Amino acid sequence: MTVIDSRKTPLTFDSIAPGVGLAAALKLSRSDLIATVAASNLRGRGGAGFPTATKWNLAAAAKVSEGECKFVVCNADEGEPGTFKDRVLLTEYAPLVFEGMTIAARAIGATRGILYLRGEYVYLRPPLDAELARLRRAGALGRNIGALAGFDFDIEIRMGAGAYVCGEETALIESLEGQRGEPRNRPPFPVDTGFRDQPTVVNNVETLATVTAIFANGPEAFRALGSERSAGFKLFSVSGDCDAPGVYEFPLGLTLRELLEKVGGTNAKAVQVGGASGVCVPAKAFDRRLAFEDVATGGSIIVFGPHRDMLAVAKNFMEFFREESCGQCTPCREGNHKLLEGILMLERGECSTAYLRELCLLGETMQLASKCGLGQSSPNAFLSIVEHFPEEVLGRSFAAAGGER
Amino acid sequence: MLVGSQQKLQDDIRALVERHGRTRDALLPILQDLQAAQSCVPDFAMQVVADELGLHPAEVYGVVSFYAFLDHRPRGRFVMRLCRTISCELARTAPVARQLENELGIAFGETTRDGRFTLEWAACLGLCDQGPALLVNDRVYTKVTPDRVHAIVEDCRKVFGAHAAQPSAPSAPVHPAAHPQPALAAAKG
Repeated sequence: MTVIDSRKTPLTFDSIAPGVGLAAALKLSRSDLIATVAASNLRGRGGAGFPTATKWNLAAAAKVSEGECKFVVCNADEGEPGTFKDRVLLTEYAPLVFEGMTIAARAIGATRGILYLRGEYVYLRPPLDAELARLRRAGALGRNIGALAGFDFDIEIRMGAGAYVCGEETALIESLEGQRGEPRNRPPFPVDTGFRDQPTVVNNVETLATVTAIFANGPEAFRALGSERSAGFKLFSVSGDCDAPGVYEFPLGLTLRELLEKVGGTNAKAVQVGGASGVCVPAKAFDRRLAFEDVATGGSIIVFGPHRDMLAVAKNFMEFFREESCGQCTPCREGNHKLLEGILMLERGECSTAYLRELCLLGETMQLASKCGLGQSSPNAFLSIVEHFPEEVLGRSFAAAGGER
Repeated sequence: MLVGSQQKLQDDIRALVERHGRTRDALLPILQDLQAAQSCVPDFAMQVVADELGLHPAEVYGVVSFYAFLDHRPRGRFVMRLCRTISCELARTAPVARQLENELGIAFGETTRDGRFTLEWAACLGLCDQGPALLVNDRVYTKVTPDRVHAIVEDCRKVFGAHAAQPSAPSAPVHPAAHPQPALAAAKG
């Protein structure tokens, strides 16, 4: 089996021997364990940036129904366009991910773990199953883990089936329960009413691996990196028009310009940060920082060279969302259709400025009125491209529309 | 469908239900195994699954129709999924798509008449630094160019021939392993 190695920089995870993080964590009491994560200032690596320790505290305090248990779910439904860091983590550092799940289980008192692996990564399943079997033999999963009486925890893998929206945590839980992957209303939040209505922590693959790194190296080492509100290192999935696409590790808070210098994409005219649901940052704003307080991201960086047609980019994203909207709420189901229709009009050069304004208002309505993050963020790319590249979008000639598909 | 094969499918589904459990959260794994073994989840199977789990068949249909990797229509032995997301598009997916259509004689969303190949678009395959990316069952092809498409299709035909030559036990339970899939091989760009 040939492994696709996308790593372009050494990663912190390289220096962490399997087992070290878990061993360090199991020496602590459950409250000290969460306090350590809190001291690291770790925020969720999936994109939303919710403080991990807060999530764990809520789940630790939540009550379980009679005969049920708490759950730790690893969100490996990495579907955001331009994101592939979780594939690298699951290929190269799976033990650290599973350790992170075990640490989370210890913290909140969970006995079952589920790795929800996207259907497109089906080829990762056999090695992951083998790794789980190895951990069970080594006593790192199963009963009385780390010789701690009563600490029982095991992990199973469940496959997704090709639905982007299942990366949203409540849709993921619906999918685990055998339902259509339609997001739930929140509250209640999964930390008290999650899988099978029990307290459930849903963390991203990278968050869990990072937890292991925090326990192996100490929370201070982690917090020393990054900015005040965005601590630590982060993986970035870089693709598009640059010399060396791949996975990079940088401390949070670096500017887009600095990142582009490192990946060989300094002549870019724009960068899409955060995937299809993220924002398009034009060259004049390359001094903005990749951090939760500025441009937040799950790590997807797509570089657009000077020759790219930005309307074609917006069209690609909108086709994606029209396909992936679950259809449950009207703003998202109808809005994505209408925006794509509008983009096709723009492409044909048949859209008035007044109608374009209407489309932008529709986008803002979708941001406000959609039920989940998908519809709330799907207009972002279109709106930022219209804002920053109006001269490319308006007044196109019919002939120009006949380019490649 | 012949009565004999219906009976067999019914038995296979019962075996799956035994393995995964009779609860609602077992529904997706059951359907995924059925999809892998049958290349689809036929209407009759949805009814049997619904009966076994105590659900309305419409509930099962709702799930099958929601997920891109489940289908009630038969798919080919090889499902070719070409990534159409932006990073792959920037790396020029369009000529690869065209050539796939030319080699297979079908359009995207269609299955060849011999039931061997289905051609589909995929949302991001998570191989954005290696595009254009193509997933054939569980085999990954990266940095695909139009001139490599013929060889990729021929690879599949060879596997199909080898597979068809193997005698299969008629009473084997439905299990993904019953259909050996080509191992992951990331072909070099």
